[in-house]
Amino acid sequence: MALACAVYRRISSRKSNAGVPKGLTIASNNAGVDGKGLGLLLENKQIRKMIASYVGENALFEAQMMSGELEVELTPQGTLAEKMRAGGAGIPAFYTATGYGTPVGEGKEVRVFNGRHYILEEAIRGDFSIAKAWKADRYGNLLFRKTARNFNPMAITAGRIAVVEVEEIVEVGQLDPDEIHLPGIYVNRLIQGTFEKAIEQRTVRSA
Amino acid sequence: MALTREQLAQRVAQEFKDGYYVNLGIGIPTLAANYIPAGMQVMLQSENGLLGMGPFPMEDEVDADLINAGKQTVTMVKGASLFSSAESFAMIRGGHVDLTVLGAFEVDCQGNIASYMIPGKLIKGMGGAMDLVAGADNIIVTMTHASKSGESKLLSQCTLPLTGKACIKRVLTDLALLDIEGGKFILRERAPGVSVAEIAKLTAGPLVVPDDVPEMVF
Repeated sequence: MALACAVYRRISSRKSNAGVPKGLTIASNNAGVDGKGLGLLLENKQIRKMIASYVGENALFEAQMMSGELEVELTPQGTLAEKMRAGGAGIPAFYTATGYGTPVGEGKEVRVFNGRHYILEEAIRGDFSIAKAWKADRYGNLLFRKTARNFNPMAITAGRIAVVEVEEIVEVGQLDPDEIHLPGIYVNRLIQGTFEKAIEQRTVRSA
Repeated sequence: MALTREQLAQRVAQEFKDGYYVNLGIGIPTLAANYIPAGMQVMLQSENGLLGMGPFPMEDEVDADLINAGKQTVTMVKGASLFSSAESFAMIRGGHVDLTVLGAFEVDCQGNIASYMIPGKLIKGMGGAMDLVAGADNIIVTMTHASKSGESKLLSQCTLPLTGKACIKRVLTDLALLDIEGGKFILRERAPGVSVAEIAKLTAGPLVVPDDVPEMVF
């Protein structure tokens, strides 16, 4: 299983995808947009199963899911984040009220705590984490930028091998230890990328 | 007259209180941010990891790394904070958000809500909606009272897969504001010029009409 967050550009921006296996299970909040990132893996039919909270505007994702070609485990966004967090933190499962009494809770253990129903959700661990951060030092200490943090820290901790693409790599000692978002202990490989940041919904106001 | 999108947003904003932390869903709920009364401090939570969301940016302020849960570019207010999705849903699940406003396909008189898929037709995915309805005490659902073909969306029992069970206590539609109590919809307010009879006709679930049902004031 691979845990992806943001976009695996090094692989996914290449059309050839030589050496990239088929039959992947991907846990990612969504599948991004058509023609980029996971969208390319979908195009190449390299994904067997997606664990995601949102299908969104990805037409190919929706089409492959509807046709049954792609197995999809729709998972509430907070539950997905916590599954990755728990996986990285060595916690095998947790109880949450999210999804109780809905299709998400079907077949899952239910327990009552203080009069409320909770379902047991299992943690996610992956073979690889593929994530994006803003800055790293050479120990892999990471900083994220604004809302581009989202699922990245949890996805990184939950993978046996965490590959992180960053905008900038600085020397050790240049990051303030008090301000590091994710310690380098979780990070196995860094890639310095070049980025053309896409905006999905450019909304602006005037004066 | 049925409420416009702007009036729905205005009525939602009347529920805001000073010091509230509020999560606004995509669509009409988001518009409510435009009607926060002057002088009132309301911090908007965006579940992708931002507390203190501001308005859309000016053209020269657009930042690809600063978006809301609907992937729209936004800004931050002074005092904003940024965090991961796990932290974001910890505050949602932990009941720290004072008010959640979101849309739905159907709501029933037991407080159940369906909002994320129509089998065989449409699968959007639940995103953060299941966490939001499970984590919040104070939720307002905004939707049209009936479908375009006139089918009520306020039912005795939801027909679509549920997003949450027994969690909705207040619904604002284009025709009315209703509470859900004891397995019934209680009519609290009418849209200006809309009669109780019109509302009753389009409410499939059991409806209680108190003696006095005032019109909404804008």
